[in-house]
Amino acid sequence: MRGSTVWRDTAIAVAALVVLVLLPLAFPGKAFSDFVIRLSAFAIFATSLNLLVGYTGLVSFGHGLFYGLGAYSFALMMQKLGTSIPVAFVATLGVSALIATIVGAICIRLKEIYFSFLTLAFQMLLHSIIIAWTPLTGGDQGLTGGVPRPPFLGIRLDDPHHLYVFCCVILVASLYVMWHLVRSPFGYTMRMIRDNPRRAEFLGVRVWRVRLLAFVVAGVFGSVGGLLMSLFVSSAYPDFAYWTISGEAVFMILMGGISVFFGPLVGAVMLLLLNDVVTRMTEHYSLMLGIIILCFALGLRKGLLGFVLWAWARRRASTS
Amino acid sequence: MLTVENLHKSFGGVNAINGIDLNFDEGTLTAVIGPNGAGKTSFFNLITGAFRPDKGRILLGTEDIAGLSSPEIVKRGIGRAFQIASIFPSLTVRETILGAVNAHRGWHTRLARRFPLAEANAQTDEVMDLVGLTPKADTLSGNLSHGDQKLLDIALALALEPRVLLLDEPTAGMGPEERWQMIDTVHQLWQRKRMTLIFIEHDMDIVFKYAQTIRVLSYGTVLAEGKPDEIRNHPKVIEAYLGTAYEKGRG
Ligand SMILES: Nc1ncnc2c1ncn2[C@@H]1O[C@H](COP(=O)(O)OP(=O)(O)OP(=O)(O)O)[C@@H](O)[C@H]1O
Ligand SMILES: [Mg+2]
Repeated sequence: MRGSTVWRDTAIAVAALVVLVLLPLAFPGKAFSDFVIRLSAFAIFATSLNLLVGYTGLVSFGHGLFYGLGAYSFALMMQKLGTSIPVAFVATLGVSALIATIVGAICIRLKEIYFSFLTLAFQMLLHSIIIAWTPLTGGDQGLTGGVPRPPFLGIRLDDPHHLYVFCCVILVASLYVMWHLVRSPFGYTMRMIRDNPRRAEFLGVRVWRVRLLAFVVAGVFGSVGGLLMSLFVSSAYPDFAYWTISGEAVFMILMGGISVFFGPLVGAVMLLLLNDVVTRMTEHYSLMLGIIILCFALGLRKGLLGFVLWAWARRRASTS
Repeated sequence: MLTVENLHKSFGGVNAINGIDLNFDEGTLTAVIGPNGAGKTSFFNLITGAFRPDKGRILLGTEDIAGLSSPEIVKRGIGRAFQIASIFPSLTVRETILGAVNAHRGWHTRLARRFPLAEANAQTDEVMDLVGLTPKADTLSGNLSHGDQKLLDIALALALEPRVLLLDEPTAGMGPEERWQMIDTVHQLWQRKRMTLIFIEHDMDIVFKYAQTIRVLSYGTVLAEGKPDEIRNHPKVIEAYLGTAYEKGRG
């Protein structure tokens, strides 16, 4: 029976991928495929942050560190080293894991708000380095000259359609892996630590190790988000490492639902839609966004998906 | 089995534990009693590594475990449950105990397998059965009654198959009937598992009925130790503790 749930998840993931890949037939415009590509970057990024915030109880304010790191290390490797995309992809994951281990080892032992702000400090540090190290990073102009996208295995990422399919595959694969992660014994240990770290210690759990591992895993997936974005824009900008990136991911989590796995995905759809619609209608984007976030904070604490699932469960309970 | 020597711990100016020497023999059932603030919980906190002793040794068998971290001490076979039930509110009873079994077996950082691990199921069922929580296996821990939360807290410790089990007021906050039920469960556990069990308890009727030996703490020191009969008639104990709590309780 347990085996069949793995099969079922895999079948659902494959089906979702097929639907995503076929969707441009119904929505042929470039606006749609661009939307999905941006969504893939943000959904992976926000979901990875929720591994920390929602599952482990570690509220990181500086997760954008890994978004920026993923974008810059991938783009720079492609530009300066002329490697192939798969090699740069894997190497970027390695770099992120390394940096996450170092940053995590420093931050993880601090309590709550200190942890939050120290992660933010590390993110701002990366941002400052990017701005200051102009010869390498192009400073506040971002990387110039574009990110080369040489073909590999017959995949040509400079072709918009190929890039679209590639991003869909990475999105589904990343969510699939993270979904399994939260359903592994490790995922349950993360929840125990979120609920009651002291008790976990008296069960023999070395809490800081589990937190560090969660931090590294989240950092690695967070960098995948930035990597996809750098592929999409064929560059990398200091904004990718700015604190607002972390803020947006937090908003996505809160809007979609912190306590549901797909909450951040739903939140990413919502925030990107809002972004596109509101900027088209008004100049007061930040104001509108602020008001909407306030509404969520005051009225829909569970987030949209969290609320829908909760209401559905209640209806089922009352009818049965 | 478990021996503490010259144990000291102070918080600021308060000498919570002020030179304790005690020994607990293997397989015994011991009650630790004493007035509020006597240092009973602090004593458990020191043994389990929640606090580092200022001075003194804590011997488990022949090994000095003073100064080790809690997880290290747990791994050496000391389990505990708390005065205020300490659980994982958003996990079900079964998930909680499976989590404890995983931690005990070192499976809790496995990423590639699915929870629950089939290997952990049998022991989880056994532990739930021991404390009688099987019917509530799929209830969220946070929704359990107070008494069931205390049982779950104990079950968590049991999942670690401890050689020494420390229970801090297992009957705290319960009605009279529930208390006797709880202590009965604890007593059965001890009989079945034959571990060294030390429990803190305020209800003297329970203490005198169940404990093989008693240790009385007062102001961070050992006031007396002995068999229930010896403690019942111990002049110092009557003066410092039983006189108020016990006599009053008896009416
Ligand atoms: N973490 C701490 N920080 C400061 N003081 C503490 C701490 N823990 C215990 N104390 C103090 O140590 C003394 C002993 O407390 P302890 O909790 O061990 O008593 P107890 O015997 O368990 O009492 P009770 O029967 O009320 O549970 C008290 O004066 C308490 O205020
Ligand atoms: Mg106490």
